[in-house]
Amino acid sequence: MEGTAVIAEIGAFALCLSLAMSLAQGGLGLASSKRASRAAALKAIAQCAAAASAIAFACLIASYVRSDFSVAVVANNSHTDKPLIYKIAGAWGNHEGSMLLWSLVSATFGAVLASARGGQNLGLWSKAVGVQGLVTAGALAYTLFLSNPFARLNPAPMQGAGLNPLLQDPALAAHPPMLYLGYVGMSVPFSLALAALIEGRADQAWAKALRPWTLAAWTCLTLGIAIGSYWAYYELGWGGWWFWDPVENASFMPGLAACALVHSAIVTERRGSLASWTILLAIMGFGFALLGTFLVRSGVLTSVHAFAVDPRRGIAVLILLALALGVGFALYGWRAPKLRQPAGFAAISRESLLVWNNFGLSVAAGVVLIGTLFPLIVEAAGGGLISVGPPFFNATVAPLLGLIFVLLPVGPLLTWRVGDMAAAIKRLAPAIVVGVATLFGALVMTEWRIAPAIGLAIGAWLVVGGLVYLWVRINRGEGRALAKIAALPLAVWSMSLAHIGAGVLTVGAIAETAFRSERAVALAPGQSVDFANRRITLMDIVGVDGPNYEATRARFRIDHGGDVSPLAAERRVYEASPMPTTEVGILTGLDGDLYVALGEPVRGEAAWGVRLYHNPAVQFIFGGALMMAIGGLLSLVALARRRRAP
Amino acid sequence: MRRRDQRLMMISAAGAVLVFAAALTFAGLRDSIVYFVAPSELAQKAHAGQRIRLGGLVVAGSVRRDAGGVTAFQVTDGGVSVDVRYSGILPDLFRDGQGVVAEGEWTPGQPFIAERVLAKHDERYMPREVVEALRRRGEWKGPQ
Repeated sequence: MEGTAVIAEIGAFALCLSLAMSLAQGGLGLASSKRASRAAALKAIAQCAAAASAIAFACLIASYVRSDFSVAVVANNSHTDKPLIYKIAGAWGNHEGSMLLWSLVSATFGAVLASARGGQNLGLWSKAVGVQGLVTAGALAYTLFLSNPFARLNPAPMQGAGLNPLLQDPALAAHPPMLYLGYVGMSVPFSLALAALIEGRADQAWAKALRPWTLAAWTCLTLGIAIGSYWAYYELGWGGWWFWDPVENASFMPGLAACALVHSAIVTERRGSLASWTILLAIMGFGFALLGTFLVRSGVLTSVHAFAVDPRRGIAVLILLALALGVGFALYGWRAPKLRQPAGFAAISRESLLVWNNFGLSVAAGVVLIGTLFPLIVEAAGGGLISVGPPFFNATVAPLLGLIFVLLPVGPLLTWRVGDMAAAIKRLAPAIVVGVATLFGALVMTEWRIAPAIGLAIGAWLVVGGLVYLWVRINRGEGRALAKIAALPLAVWSMSLAHIGAGVLTVGAIAETAFRSERAVALAPGQSVDFANRRITLMDIVGVDGPNYEATRARFRIDHGGDVSPLAAERRVYEASPMPTTEVGILTGLDGDLYVALGEPVRGEAAWGVRLYHNPAVQFIFGGALMMAIGGLLSLVALARRRRAP
Repeated sequence: MRRRDQRLMMISAAGAVLVFAAALTFAGLRDSIVYFVAPSELAQKAHAGQRIRLGGLVVAGSVRRDAGGVTAFQVTDGGVSVDVRYSGILPDLFRDGQGVVAEGEWTPGQPFIAERVLAKHDERYMPREVVEALRRRGEWKGPQ
């Protein structure tokens, strides 16, 4: 025991080492001359910083796996009865561990940036590696001094306090690392932007280096948000998938910024224009990512996500945020006007459509920011405690995104510099027809509910518009159709998939929000209720013993148009935690999900409260988000291929 | 079209979108702000039909469930207790004596009909509104 008990000390030491290395990386990177030996040293230091933080993280995981309860975070968050996979996932399921993960990802990205210089300008590259080193150093210093994951407890408790059973779930093991990859992924565009400002050059080679990072960050954010939303849907038992909760907004804002950046970086790489805007967006995107960390970690806003409140930590993240944004904006104000502005473009061109995309996404991110921070502003001004509800976000974000989505299918059909709008519209005729038909069909079927009809029409327009673009690309040139399909560049497939995914998501989100129905009933075994064209019968209630919980399971029989399916919903009580949790039953059909949550017993235990939801098209939401993420991933593959083949 | 005209057109279109966004934001903030009210302030601060968040502790022994799936309970800040009715499934952490935030419309002289009840994922955490409600009454015993 004594021999292996120093794992936490090794971890703490590795953390210090990584901090020292990151600071050296920052100093050397920013001070670097043009000598090749310096570049080799910088690369080695960045790799050492990443290796040291990887050792620290490995030590933390080892402490969890060994259930070493003399380490405070392990004692507070783990339990010997937990399955191994959740012991490991527990390492980042809490504040201290997640900050260590943040640092590790930042250091790793720094090492990757340092190792893959490609054709980048030496000065630009070393400045970017340097800034990334300082970002890592900030995160490591915060981890080490304000949330040390290796702090010891004396005496060590015999048993851990257990992980929150709601969090003991595969989706939630994957959700935080995915989001963190996205958040921290935004730090690399930030470093590249600052480097461009310091060096006074933001050329096409620079934008080429920027693109994969923004794409990776956006893909991870999209996937992370989708996984979190899916988890909330099936685990919380509230029947919803998005609540405009401050913590959700905290991930949504960087997501919007990353999406804008993905598009503006394309313009900068292809045409050399918008460089100055791309830089500004990269700085703001990282600001949103840090703000996300602040909102989640400080507990300043009442949210369904429960993280213990520690104002000291919140203030520290706020200082880091102010530092990053302050330095970023100051550099921008000072250096950006000196950047060379290449040739412009016409009001109707692919560039201008991408500018509209950026404008709309930025305004939407700004509106979400106002809605999220408004309670803080009002409270600081002495206006009392308030909250801004989902109606605000639905009424503001939806129309803004709708506006961009109306323009979206047109963009890819326009050429760079000067585009032909009439030709693009003519090609989009099928999408216009489907969109208008959807609009009127939905108006009639919903008895003239205008907003959801417009939303569905926009979704259909996006899907068909994406298909039209694919069709146009396939029919370009000579040859057999199959050969032309096979020859279509991966970049075309990936973009179409992402855009069609946005349409699928829109249809799902609008249909679910506008047409969902819910009902609470009390059912005794043998009783039935009719709901959403289905007959739901409670067959029986049984007790079930799980590996580390006891459950009450309600078994249902669902009759739906001649089909009979079984469905079960549970309430679980975990041994290590006093709180019961709901395990909902979901039956996916063509017209959406039937979602059944088991409540409390009523009338003694003669009957049970049951809450029924019908969520139309809800799988479109997760499916659409998945399509967008796969589109991002394929784009990355396309970029990597292009890089290898000059 | 000349380049200057094109630029002017784009800037005015962008301006129109900004005005649109600002209008949406102001209208949205006016309509969807929910004020937090402690049980003992309900009578003075809230007006009939207003959407509010009521925060406090669930009075021990006050939770009753009827056959229709409606749960009745009382929320207190140490001074006044308010009757609350809620027809949904309560959050897993909802318990006697625990902090809770109920959101809904208030009608004087009637029980508070909650449309949403928030309790937290984490048993160690207390909603800020509840802390504030208890602090105002001098009942708060936790850290400042």
